[in-house]
Amino acid sequence: MLDVIINVTLLTFLVITAVAIVRMTNLLAIIMLFGIFSFLSAGLFIIMDAVDVAFTEAAVGAGISTVLMLATLALTKDRKEKPSTAHRPWLPLAVVIVTGAALVYGTWDIAPFGDPDAPAQTHVAPEYLERSIPETGIQNVVTAVLASYRGFDTLGEVTVVFTAGIAVMLLIGGRRNKTPPEQQKGEQDDA
Amino acid sequence: MTHNLILRVVTKGLIPLIILFALYVQFHGDFGPGGGFQAGVILSAAIILYALVFGLDAAEQVIPPPLLRLLASLGVVLYAGVGIASLFAGGNYLDYSVLADNPVAGQHIGVLLVELGVGITVFSVMLIIYFTFAGRSRP
Repeated sequence: MLDVIINVTLLTFLVITAVAIVRMTNLLAIIMLFGIFSFLSAGLFIIMDAVDVAFTEAAVGAGISTVLMLATLALTKDRKEKPSTAHRPWLPLAVVIVTGAALVYGTWDIAPFGDPDAPAQTHVAPEYLERSIPETGIQNVVTAVLASYRGFDTLGEVTVVFTAGIAVMLLIGGRRNKTPPEQQKGEQDDA
Repeated sequence: MTHNLILRVVTKGLIPLIILFALYVQFHGDFGPGGGFQAGVILSAAIILYALVFGLDAAEQVIPPPLLRLLASLGVVLYAGVGIASLFAGGNYLDYSVLADNPVAGQHIGVLLVELGVGITVFSVMLIIYFTFAGRSRP
């Protein structure tokens, strides 16, 4: 019963935050709302007993992403363009309604939350739960799966993070070009 | 923000706690929630907080960007190196069981080193991204 109340409260706040994000034009406020959105999602993950995911969501989604978006905001302007009056919402609205209806239709086939007979619980999960402690001695099964059984995936993920760092350095790192754009263009024409 | 006394004092008290928590998350990941990824993010958050309050130049003196670039690659090399080490010990790539005399101890060493690699890379890449972005708006 308490679960239901907390779930409904968190989801309601989630929807309110999402609607506020869509309707606002001040980007600073939107970034703050993104942080709140991430914290609410982290709360939902905790209710669903996914503490590792909640931890990551709170640290990355609410913490680092907010700071990075603020740093980006410092480089650009802080207001969103107002939608033009010639904007016709009917086609996007139809697309959104059809997609939403398809997604809701899809949820009818999803097994109930925590159902022991759900495919996700009967495929490889029992194997991991039975074998991880005798084989690895690691109490946290999530860590055992991430670092040991799925070591290749995690190596790939670390490489992705590393590549992201290199890409950011290549794209906007280094010294800033002090020459004004027109002059720079002229130089390129000469070359 | 550089003249805000309360912010400076509170930050100085908070940063050691954040770093301690990051280390706890890093090395307690075998038993509780957490692991290298979260620990790296939390540790970088400590430095970013320092940079926000005391300025980018002060933070770059704590951890110079060339060192960060070195650390970012070191983490990936550590992870991949554990795989190579298990190849040389006679197992498959990233099969930690062969790293020690009994498989469970080998798994422990392997997971510890691999998580450390993840933590180091995530920590330095997050800081590299932040420093790069924040450095652009420097006059």
